[in-house]
Amino acid sequence: MVDKNIYQADRETAWCPGCGNFPLRTALADALAEMDLKPEEVTMYTGIGQAAKMPHYIKVNGFNGLHGRSLPPAIGMRVANPKMTVIVESGDGCSYGEGGNHILHNIRRNPDIIHLVHDNQIYGLTKGQASPTSVPELRTPVQTHGVNAEPLNPVQFAVGMKASFVARSSVGDREHLKEMIREAKKHKGYALIDIFQPCVSFNKINTYQWYNKRVYKLEDHDPTDHAAAMKVAQEFGDKIPIGIIYREEKPTFRDRMPYLEDKALVERDVEVDDLKFLIDEFK
Amino acid sequence: MDFNIVIAGEAGQGLKTVEAMLTKTFSRHGYYLYSTKDYMSRVRGGHNFMQIRISDQKVEGPDEGIDLLLALNDESVEIHRSEMNEDGTILSEVESDKDEMVYIDARGMAKEVNPRAVNTVYVGAAFKIMGLPTDQAEEAVKEHFAKKESVIDDNLELLKKGYEAVDQLYNLKDLGKKEDRMVIDGNSAVGLGALLGGLSYYTAYPMSPSTGILHYVAGKQEELGIVVEQSEDEIASINMALGGSYAGMRSMTGTSGGGLALMAEGVGLAGITETPIVIADVQRPGPATGLPTRTGQGDLLFAVNIAQDEFPLMVLAPKDQEDAVYQTFRAMNLADKYQIPVIILSDQFIGDGSKTIPVIDTSEMKIERHLVDPAEVEGEYKRYKYTEDGISPRAYPGQLKDNIVLLDSDEHDEYAHIVEDGETRDKMVAKRTKKMKKLAAEDLLEPEYTGPEAPDYILVGWGSTAGPLREGRKILSDEYNVGHLEFNDLWPLPTKKLEELAATDAKLVFVENNAGAQFDRLVRSETGIKADYNILKDDGRPFSGQEIYRRFKEEVSK
Repeated sequence: MVDKNIYQADRETAWCPGCGNFPLRTALADALAEMDLKPEEVTMYTGIGQAAKMPHYIKVNGFNGLHGRSLPPAIGMRVANPKMTVIVESGDGCSYGEGGNHILHNIRRNPDIIHLVHDNQIYGLTKGQASPTSVPELRTPVQTHGVNAEPLNPVQFAVGMKASFVARSSVGDREHLKEMIREAKKHKGYALIDIFQPCVSFNKINTYQWYNKRVYKLEDHDPTDHAAAMKVAQEFGDKIPIGIIYREEKPTFRDRMPYLEDKALVERDVEVDDLKFLIDEFK
Repeated sequence: MDFNIVIAGEAGQGLKTVEAMLTKTFSRHGYYLYSTKDYMSRVRGGHNFMQIRISDQKVEGPDEGIDLLLALNDESVEIHRSEMNEDGTILSEVESDKDEMVYIDARGMAKEVNPRAVNTVYVGAAFKIMGLPTDQAEEAVKEHFAKKESVIDDNLELLKKGYEAVDQLYNLKDLGKKEDRMVIDGNSAVGLGALLGGLSYYTAYPMSPSTGILHYVAGKQEELGIVVEQSEDEIASINMALGGSYAGMRSMTGTSGGGLALMAEGVGLAGITETPIVIADVQRPGPATGLPTRTGQGDLLFAVNIAQDEFPLMVLAPKDQEDAVYQTFRAMNLADKYQIPVIILSDQFIGDGSKTIPVIDTSEMKIERHLVDPAEVEGEYKRYKYTEDGISPRAYPGQLKDNIVLLDSDEHDEYAHIVEDGETRDKMVAKRTKKMKKLAAEDLLEPEYTGPEAPDYILVGWGSTAGPLREGRKILSDEYNVGHLEFNDLWPLPTKKLEELAATDAKLVFVENNAGAQFDRLVRSETGIKADYNILKDDGRPFSGQEIYRRFKEEVSK
């Protein structure tokens, strides 16, 4: 196990005191240390938002790109270097709103990626508007009479799509979250972890208490049983399950390109002279 | 000698097969050729045609007038009749006693052998009419259907039947195969330039007329061990490619105008994160959906101003299919050298058009990655280290032991961490601006001038109008003292040659495939130099040399 201090997860942040991002960061650093990964062996792709600032507050390789676009660039690393651990991290707005189309298609691609969604059911950085997962009764400066759309249940969506690994966790239970991250890393393929976390500044409904009262750990659930998983995924009310909801071994994005073998394309060493046969084909 | 063949019919009749076989065969008979496609945005029906111009001299673009029309449906006879040259011939299934009409019962012949191969009857008949033997055509049939062997015999039989059914009318000779030439379309040429440049990752969403690049590189992915991925949209295309570039691979995307609009934010991301990326924009007329299968040069000012605020960016345009190979290769090297986005402005005219060109010479082509030497990195790696020329040593994740590589779309410090202070912002803007200055000083191609030393007129064009300009100037030269200027690099704008020529008495005539004289506006805003005349065309069709000649007489030398 590497020393967890190597990730410098105590850096100063732009997060509010008491923000759910703090325990999430700690759980992530602990999990990385336990998985014995050095900072240069992990690459994090993020979008924009308070959650998406994570690569500045923990030491790993990082691509802090555009709002909603954290998933597409991560595929490139899967092609370039199969040994790299790839983490995509962003909030609910970035992952499910602006980036909605990408999550849909990356579930289909099934790249070997861990996707951590900081789901606080609100937009934090833009100061408190509704997100795709906001509860209907949330009132904001924009949603003055409540939200005009039903909330997305990302777990139900992902299980419905048969994403190869779907889990839910909560920052209220750091040990559980750490375990989910480790399980996601073990899984070969796209692993979505929807993580409940409070936004202490703007979300006065979905507080620590709100989550703690509702979440319960799944027991005796077979995540390989899709019908059972669909049933569990629909639970979102007085009781909300956390744990691995669905898991299926299936070909990953790279598995579908057997000609790549286990080569890292970043190490592809090619000279123009090796490629001259391409020219001859036009003669 | 110049001979113009038009193959016309509806979508789904196999025009492309006819064109592919004729093109290959003419080339092997030693002719120079230029072929263009005029097709509608549909899969079946409509009116489509392809034009193949062949000559014993180099050809730069399409020509007006038809010598031989292969009318695969009756409608095509009426549509193209008025374009026929004197002594031209129409081969069709229309029975007529007119001199120019040659009848062939193609469907009848095909019915007995293979009803799907009507088009091959036309190919056989065309060779007889032109006076060429069918041995090379037979080879072309075998190659074309190599993956569908069962139909080779049917096609060979129909080729022969077509050949025997008509009389020879022209006397084209076999000039002998020339080993130093090749035939390539502009989309494959962009793909070839990229592959020669070590492209490892191409991501794109299909969009006419850029899809040819995607098809060509995808066809090579298994053989080369690279990845070509169809993205869910163009926003994903560019972000995927940027992620691949950050990961250390040569990455590229391609699209047309509407897709480029979706990519705009991503181009800015490449700019501020200093991530190399090549973007091919195969222009078609717009805005929005516009004319999906036609040509234009309307994206210039959009490409130059593609995203909010300022960042180093290069925009260049290939002049023809040959140039497209070299320019794409060059774009990949320059993107890596300056860690910038480079937009290649191709268009449907060269993208879908095929041309005979000299075999690509690789002797001067060298892949230059400009990656950091890990031995030179001391202490904590700074992705955005301040340097004299603004270029920071670039590493990819996993390349450096005990070091990470971070980049950020927020304004950042040397380590890529988010900053908001004005001082660092100023320094970073200055750093990125320096790269643009260095690019302008060291790597820009000045436009190429051809013509007399003291011309009365200079035709000015950029990108794909180069071919028509060369032919137009040749025709004009009999009556006028005229030169022409061809631009490759558009942004940053090379200004030396322009300023030199503007100081003479020559009148500048800007020739562009758009309605708003976009290059004239760009030149004016950068140099104060403006066009004396504009010859503009925005009907979705390319210029021909003849048209430039005619328009010059009508609009310039009245």
